[in-house]
Amino acid sequence: MGKGWIGKVLRVNLTEGTCAVEKLNEAWAREYLGGRGLASKYLCAEVDPGVDPLGPENKLIFAAGPLTGTYGAANGRYMAVTKSPLSGTIASSNSGGCFPSELRYAGYDLIIFEGKSPRPVYLQIHNQNVKLADASQLWGQSTDRTEDLIREKFHGDAKVACIGPAGERRVLFANIINDKHRAAGRSGVGAVMGSKNLKAVAVRGNGGVEVADPQGYRTAALDSYGLLRNNPVSGQGLPALGTAVLVNIINQSGALPTNNFQFDTFAGAEAISGEKLAETYLKRNKSCLGCVIGCGRVTRLSGAAYQGSGEGPEYESIWALGAACGVSDLAAVTKANYLCNEYGMDTITAGATVACAMELFEKGLLSEAEVGMPLPFGDGAAMVKLIELIAKNEGFGQKLALGSYRLAELYGAPELSMSVKKLEFPAYDGRGLQGMALQYATSNRGACHVRGYLVSPEILGLPEKLDPQAIEGKASWTKIFQDFTAVVDSVGVCLFTTFAIGAPQVTRLLNAATGLTLDEEGLLVVGDRIWNLERQFNLRAGVDPGQDTLPKRLLDEPIPDGPLRGATARLAEMLPEYYRLRGWSADGIPGEEKLKSLGLS
Amino acid sequence: MQKLIRIEPSKCVGCKSCELACSFKHRGMFAPSRSRIVNEVFLDEAKFITVTCMQCDEPWCLKACPKGAIGKDAVSGVVSVDEVKCVGCRTCVSACPFGMITYQESSRKADKCNLCAGEFPECVTFCPTRCLTFSEEDKPLREKVLRFVNTMKDGQGEV
Repeated sequence: MGKGWIGKVLRVNLTEGTCAVEKLNEAWAREYLGGRGLASKYLCAEVDPGVDPLGPENKLIFAAGPLTGTYGAANGRYMAVTKSPLSGTIASSNSGGCFPSELRYAGYDLIIFEGKSPRPVYLQIHNQNVKLADASQLWGQSTDRTEDLIREKFHGDAKVACIGPAGERRVLFANIINDKHRAAGRSGVGAVMGSKNLKAVAVRGNGGVEVADPQGYRTAALDSYGLLRNNPVSGQGLPALGTAVLVNIINQSGALPTNNFQFDTFAGAEAISGEKLAETYLKRNKSCLGCVIGCGRVTRLSGAAYQGSGEGPEYESIWALGAACGVSDLAAVTKANYLCNEYGMDTITAGATVACAMELFEKGLLSEAEVGMPLPFGDGAAMVKLIELIAKNEGFGQKLALGSYRLAELYGAPELSMSVKKLEFPAYDGRGLQGMALQYATSNRGACHVRGYLVSPEILGLPEKLDPQAIEGKASWTKIFQDFTAVVDSVGVCLFTTFAIGAPQVTRLLNAATGLTLDEEGLLVVGDRIWNLERQFNLRAGVDPGQDTLPKRLLDEPIPDGPLRGATARLAEMLPEYYRLRGWSADGIPGEEKLKSLGLS
Repeated sequence: MQKLIRIEPSKCVGCKSCELACSFKHRGMFAPSRSRIVNEVFLDEAKFITVTCMQCDEPWCLKACPKGAIGKDAVSGVVSVDEVKCVGCRTCVSACPFGMITYQESSRKADKCNLCAGEFPECVTFCPTRCLTFSEEDKPLREKVLRFVNTMKDGQGEV
């Protein structure tokens, strides 16, 4: 195996209780790089897309990339890849912190979990010493407590990824938390981990990551750092205010979905903004490993109503637990964010599902008796209470633990679920941002912003400013963003660096690390290959192209307020061009010729 | 005055770029656990502490070495290990109260920060927040004194 990759896969059979090391498939590594791409390749090769996501036949893959654990562009990421219990699509959820790099220092690129343990266990990795340990004392513990207990028992310097009670209780959008506050957040990867009775993975690694061309790598890294520092988003906005810098920006742009997407400007935005967070609960800024941006926010709540400490809330969490629910109480939002992290569940889907319940309540489809309390938009205390009920999968929380789509369907109004392929939208209304509308509809894991962040050109003007309302050229932009993002997710680099660096920089780092000789075009072909591979998984899983759509509200109901008033998502005008650019049939199926050209047939 | 790596913990964001840069330069691989400089992240307290060898005026490691393998350069002040003389006995590792000299399995010798032996320190080059600086003057100390002085100043009424 060349440099860059460690060249080893750890395979853990939870049914048998065995751990085995095998060689990384070199040919696949060259074609799919690592992280999201390579893990998707393994998943597609080993798992029938039709499996029950929470059954023992599903597998869960932790995958670092060939740049994970190095410097250069915030290279501290890994992906948790599996079949999603929430959407039924392929899932790949990304996280940073120190855990992903430690996995590589211990000597592994990937861990593949298969089967189901008969009792709660956690995986201990100390370099080549690997074993499954009893987790009966950890079961039921919060994510931060779990990490403390493991460090006491196993190794004081262990880096830990674990699930909380939400994952144990199969909340369909439970996540995997590492380094206490970093989340592989979306699609319910934590529920899959819980279904396998796997509480945590703890790693201590004393080895290192080598690269093919050290001098070339160092120069490429310094070049990227220069660009990251001098960029207004990665060099100023994110370091100064974290991701929450976006609250005021998106609200002023008129694309901040409010009260479950009934409005697109929020009167309480200022009160839950990054600026307000900096004035109130912010303790200090924090980076993931190897990151020069440092968008993490360490915060502490010590008011009368809510107490706690942790990281965040991030922008998407502030929106979901705040504006989406009409809540402008930053203390309540911050508390709910802590609860989501401690119990281990996705803040976006959690908040969006509460927002959906609030609209069901507003429309009289859901009664006070059923919820156990009134549930008006704007009620921060009710939102916090519901978050806890969801996390515990108790009472009315049991219905919300299924996500907004299944909730709304239960009450006869699936159109009130603001989701695509059953995954809830994040914090940008696609009606106002046509590129985002197309990206949401076509994303391989449902309504997700981190598969192609068209917000960057449509709002922030990077790499160039596009008219958010225009549809011309958006299909092409969407495809390029999706393909490039697939590569970024596969090499182990943080997506936030891509405000400042692009394909030239990633290509240089990747080649210098691995000895590959890709050009920029070749890099994007890898992205296209990954995209089509995921698409094939979804098609075989029964997620048909008819689901490449948006909720009725986005397609038919014009935005009633703000600067983008009157806009609807013009999806039908963009989708055919997108399919054509992808080389797919008019009904969205990748043809044999296309698949052959990517080596997928 | 001696040029040293100056550390301001308040500017650190816990990114471990210093450990990555150090290990990449001196071990040929990204291996934070084998870095000469140490960046410790205290998650609960939200504190990030960086420590490295301060090139003592009277180094414990130097005094303890039975082979005379550790020297302090009269001009640069750098305390370094002569790998030819070092026998890997680890006496220096026991002697240093800060844990800033280690034994390396790969070289089977004692190993410590030598401020990159005359080149500009790699950890300082890669520190994104200027928590680390390399200078003769102790600027972080001066800034601390100024903060204190300003507090006193703010407490004074007009005379």
